[in-house]
Amino acid sequence: METMRDRFSAVASRLLDEDPRVAVVLAAIGRDAFTAAARRHPDRLINVGIREQLLVGAAAGLSLTGMRPIVHTFAAFLVERPFEQVKLDLGHQDTGAVLVSAGASFDWPAGGQTHMSPGDVALLDTLDGWTVHVPGHPDEAETLLRHAVAAGDDKVYVRLSLQRNRLPLPVDGARFHTVREGRAGVVVAVGPMLDAVLAATEGLDVTVLYATTVRPFDAAALRRATEAAGTDVVLVEPYLAGTSTRVATEALADVPHRLLGLGVGRRELRRYGTLDEHLAAHGLDARGLRERIGAFVGAGAVSA
Amino acid sequence: MTITADHGYDDLPRLMSLMTGDEKHDFAATSTLDVLWVLYDRVLDVTPERAEATDRDRFLLSKGHGPMAYYAVLAAKGFVPEEWLPGFGSYDSPLGHHPDRVLVPGAEIGSGSLGHGLPLAVGSALGLRAQGLTDPAVWVLIGDAELDEGSNHEAIAYAGAAGLDRLHTVVVDNASASHALPGGIAARFEAANWSTSTVDGRDHAALYEAFTAPHPGRPHAVVARVEPKNAR
Repeated sequence: METMRDRFSAVASRLLDEDPRVAVVLAAIGRDAFTAAARRHPDRLINVGIREQLLVGAAAGLSLTGMRPIVHTFAAFLVERPFEQVKLDLGHQDTGAVLVSAGASFDWPAGGQTHMSPGDVALLDTLDGWTVHVPGHPDEAETLLRHAVAAGDDKVYVRLSLQRNRLPLPVDGARFHTVREGRAGVVVAVGPMLDAVLAATEGLDVTVLYATTVRPFDAAALRRATEAAGTDVVLVEPYLAGTSTRVATEALADVPHRLLGLGVGRRELRRYGTLDEHLAAHGLDARGLRERIGAFVGAGAVSA
Repeated sequence: MTITADHGYDDLPRLMSLMTGDEKHDFAATSTLDVLWVLYDRVLDVTPERAEATDRDRFLLSKGHGPMAYYAVLAAKGFVPEEWLPGFGSYDSPLGHHPDRVLVPGAEIGSGSLGHGLPLAVGSALGLRAQGLTDPAVWVLIGDAELDEGSNHEAIAYAGAAGLDRLHTVVVDNASASHALPGGIAARFEAANWSTSTVDGRDHAALYEAFTAPHPGRPHAVVARVEPKNAR
């Protein structure tokens, strides 16, 4: 089955053909998927080797000369390891790039903690001006990548994952999409969490919003949803639990509301195994979500 | 606002004293002064009028602390007005104790945190090359202690391997690194396939010769030695 990352390398290669501003910058990881593109565009397919500070710094330098760099490696080595380069070379220099990560929170559980990055979005959240896309399907990844590259000199993060939904939904690079409407709570499912959220909320009278662009956060869509469904709100994110509670509570600052932030826990599990096993361990499979979402919106109904 | 260009080297002490408020300040002790002057006066193809031109030479000040000499040279060459200098470091001044490219006309990068300029310069050289702009030179100034930062060594190794022959690094060496590099600074660059020159960082003719030495197919590093920091 095609992964988001397969689609990324195919689309980024086409973008190199189509747009002379585009450069793809790699640090060894992912280079094999760009062999043909590297032959066609030797000056714009740049592999700096296993050097992640240089990866981000050089991308910023490219941007300073007017290029639009697409920077790709595992999330842990793209956002966490060179974080000061992300903060200063892109942020402080007032320039931009499209950072496209693979690996997500635990795409390769057998690889262990060093290749897990549940904190990437929270870390970017300490900075100003980032757009963050979290596609849930390869088709959405393509659409969001194209939005990201076309977004002038903006700073954009695209978080790819092996975890995916069965079917794509229309995404526009900005707004949440209403998947289901109810009257007893709002559940915001981020990217690849949607299928599990839909299974978990089967039979519950809740609105389900689908979020693939989480920064900026579509506060207007959340507020609109609460008008009919009430202000019991659950966020289900495929990265660190609670990452978006700040922006959700800001969106509802002037109304009484209850908020539950579900996602990946902070505790290091020190387990290998499979993606499904890790989702279950963090309570992010349909069963775990059902228990916690059901208890939360049920408790809200009793107290109301 | 008065932009006064065409100042000479002899005007720099006065311009620097506008920032330091100290007429007796030993301006010559500023390690970067002569390197900056020779670059802006005789080497770099950039002027206030061409500060946005795509084919200008780029100078990236990576060693951002102690930027008085840099601001003095930018004022002498007409990039920033002399009237800005006395406000140095104040809330309303564009001139901080580390430069900010968003605030300072002519500053290609903001700096302060060490080890960022050389990777940015590598990217700039790559970007110009990818756009077919093979004439503009990219220059970056780093300090010998700054060279301790590992990010520089990522950049040095890659730039040599990639043959970025429009990339130039000047290392101002005032012997301030905690642990001097065995074999000297130039040896690190040479091992990564850079062309190098090591010269007296106060000798304008020697600096000019080193800055303009041909280096086909390879990036070029100039080590400009000045008096040791701790000897002052």
